[in-house]
Amino acid sequence: MKPKKHKSIITKRRKEVSSGLESLGLKIYEQLDKGDFPSIEMPSRSTENIYYDPQVRQFILGDKKVRRKARNIRHLRPFTQLVWTAFFSHELTSQRKTSTLRDVYYSAQAYEMKFKDQQESNNIITDLETVLAFSREDFNIFPEERSAVFGDLTIEYTVPGYEGKRLNLTSHPDGVMIGPALTSAEFVKTTADKVIAIEKGGLFTRFVEEGVHKKFNAILVLTAGQAPRATRHFVRRLNRELNVPAYIFTDGDPWGMHIAMVMISGSANAAHLRELTTPDAKWSGVWATDIVNYKLPADPLDEVDIKRLYELQRDPRYKDPLWQREIKMFLKIRKKAEQEAFSRYGLTYIVDEYLPAKLEETK
Amino acid sequence: MAKTTFEEISAADFFYRNRDIAGFTNPSRAIFAATRELVENSLDAAESLKTPPDIYVRLSFDGEASSETKIYKLRVEDNGIGVPPRHIPSAFGQVLFGSKYKLKQQRGTFGLGGKMAILYGQITTHQPACIISSTGVSKIYMYKLMIDIRRNRPLILDRKVLINKERWRGTIVEFNLEGDYFRAMPKILEYFKQTAMVNPYANLTFVDPKGRLYKFTRVTMEMPDPPKETLPHPYGVDVELLQRLIQVTPHRNMMEFLRNHFHRVGEITARKFLEFANIRSSKNPKKLAHNEIVRLMRMLKKFREFLPPDASCLSPLGEELLRAGVLKELKPEFVVVHQRRPSAYAGHPFIIEVAIAYGGEIPKRGTFPIYRFANRIPLLYDEASDVSVRVINSINWRRYKVTPDMPVAIATHICSTKIPYKTVGKEFIADRPEVGREIANGLRGAARQLQRFLTRREHVDREQRRLGIFSKYLPKIAQFSAQLAGKEKTPDIKKLLWSVKSFETEKA
Repeated sequence: MKPKKHKSIITKRRKEVSSGLESLGLKIYEQLDKGDFPSIEMPSRSTENIYYDPQVRQFILGDKKVRRKARNIRHLRPFTQLVWTAFFSHELTSQRKTSTLRDVYYSAQAYEMKFKDQQESNNIITDLETVLAFSREDFNIFPEERSAVFGDLTIEYTVPGYEGKRLNLTSHPDGVMIGPALTSAEFVKTTADKVIAIEKGGLFTRFVEEGVHKKFNAILVLTAGQAPRATRHFVRRLNRELNVPAYIFTDGDPWGMHIAMVMISGSANAAHLRELTTPDAKWSGVWATDIVNYKLPADPLDEVDIKRLYELQRDPRYKDPLWQREIKMFLKIRKKAEQEAFSRYGLTYIVDEYLPAKLEETK
Repeated sequence: MAKTTFEEISAADFFYRNRDIAGFTNPSRAIFAATRELVENSLDAAESLKTPPDIYVRLSFDGEASSETKIYKLRVEDNGIGVPPRHIPSAFGQVLFGSKYKLKQQRGTFGLGGKMAILYGQITTHQPACIISSTGVSKIYMYKLMIDIRRNRPLILDRKVLINKERWRGTIVEFNLEGDYFRAMPKILEYFKQTAMVNPYANLTFVDPKGRLYKFTRVTMEMPDPPKETLPHPYGVDVELLQRLIQVTPHRNMMEFLRNHFHRVGEITARKFLEFANIRSSKNPKKLAHNEIVRLMRMLKKFREFLPPDASCLSPLGEELLRAGVLKELKPEFVVVHQRRPSAYAGHPFIIEVAIAYGGEIPKRGTFPIYRFANRIPLLYDEASDVSVRVINSINWRRYKVTPDMPVAIATHICSTKIPYKTVGKEFIADRPEVGREIANGLRGAARQLQRFLTRREHVDREQRRLGIFSKYLPKIAQFSAQLAGKEKTPDIKKLLWSVKSFETEKA
């Protein structure tokens, strides 16, 4: 093996995942070997055990633990499924194969480990994440959702068959899909000094066409709605490993706001996981105040929007003055606007005028 | 002025004019009633010898009658007691002649059914009936006869005597009648099935007009003890019966009269009663005036100290035979049977037997199939009016963990010297409170046993499922954890499985 310049982050993590899975197997094996019913302890994911940690700036699980016992007839089936999922993940990672949530559901049937439905299998995967504190992408299990990245970043693949192969992410104008191969790639070099995440495909394409990556020295990431975990992790890596700030542009409504927030501070559903958040990322628009300041064509908020705003107002992640101010403004003007609304000022207005102003404002 | 004519009619004539009341209402009912009456006579004839009955019934097509009805030949053979030759003409050719006017439990009530069938055959086809019978002596007698309806007398058309080399004993009745077999078929088949259920010691064979053979084979040679004849109980008498007794009694004083003609009346009871009724014990019963007889009847019913009738005159099926019959015909997974102690209504003793069958081949229909029996015959019509049905509907089955969607069937059997039928057709039982109460208590007793069975089975099922889950998943846990840990050998989980198992058996 040729010596590497720096210790590869990706390889290191892969080893940690693999040994985590093996030691879980060994723990159960030893309990069985002693003639005991095996059991596994993990943090409880029930809502009363989910706390917002201002230090880490994300939701975390409290001290409450649950114990899955093979002695308990009700635990037996999920327990077995958990052991199987660990076994299957180990097979995947050691063979460097990837799989989807749907795949896992079907693969189980080959081992006579039928899951009742997709939801049951997804839940067991979440259990495994909780037990080992790794996310499913680390087990090479990916959701179907895909998002994309475009910009001057050269990566080096680690997936079998492509090891050592490099790619510049400007190679394809539609962007490069943030799939298993990209997620496990090493970052080699970049000229970019910022990351811009965009909620919608239309605007992402516009930014590529208008050369935003060059004009603003930016890596563009398409979240395609609520960002998949792989994308959240990818943005975090860009932010941490390349040491560049991240800006997030979404629709100007409570849902767009929350897309940004989940990328920044994570979700309650992923409270058992770390390294999915980018706490220093900025939500750069579209704000409620932008709707006013730029006189954007806007639709009235409907009832669910308003209900959602009140929920967010009480959410600990939103306690920052900027967020509170925007929530209040939304409630005041009772309006929402999409990113495309800037098109009323011409197709390039958003790139020429709005974007630089906002990047400056949220620097 | 119109002139009213009065004429006396014979018993045969009466039933000819009123055949509806004996169940011969229409062509389909008639063929059913004829079959059942003859089968029941045959069963009685075999049982009176304590011989397990062997009965062969054949219905064959014999000609067209109308667009809906056909002429059928009905033949019923049995291995019963046989009829002595001199009685054959009257026994089959004279209505209300017979052996069934004594007080004991019998299937028939008036000795009417068999003759009604023959009478019906005669009036619809105008052909004679053929009777072949032997009591097991060296000769077999064959009669061809018709009924002279106006005079209620048998008309003998032919008589033959055959040599009985094999000492055959039994009776064969064969005659033609008009009927609608295809409409009656479901009831007739149901009748055979239920008869087999309540007579598990009988072999029944039925060949229908299409030549299809239905065979109901006995599962036991055990038979219930035959009933004993008994005297009337004082609570059950009426003026007519008193008058007849007075006519025939050889006794010349009330004391002896009461002691010798009534059930469960001894010297002490008789004396107490006479004091209570204020009748001299030396009074000659034959000297009782009409109003005194009426008063005697009233006092007999009013006196509270008569012992209840005993049940020696009854012949219940017994729990074992009822169980065997239900198992044989319904093929359930489980059956509980319950026999009540003897009880009495209006001086007539009766015994209730019930069975509740569960699972197996019993269908889930949302309602429980109900099988009603009286003196070992099935009752197939007018279910909704029957006391059993009312009682079954009034029971809160959920208390016994029984729900309507369960595969449950219920059988009730009443035996009595006098079944409280509401009609002559022997179709349903009147709602006598005493009878209703006994049925309810019997069913509750059986339901409690069923509940215990269901609870136990549920428990066993649960434990089996439990063990199944452990033996399904533990090996997988062992296998996957060993592979995950990179171990060659899979841990031995027999001990764990055993611990689950032994824990279960302790509890069960």
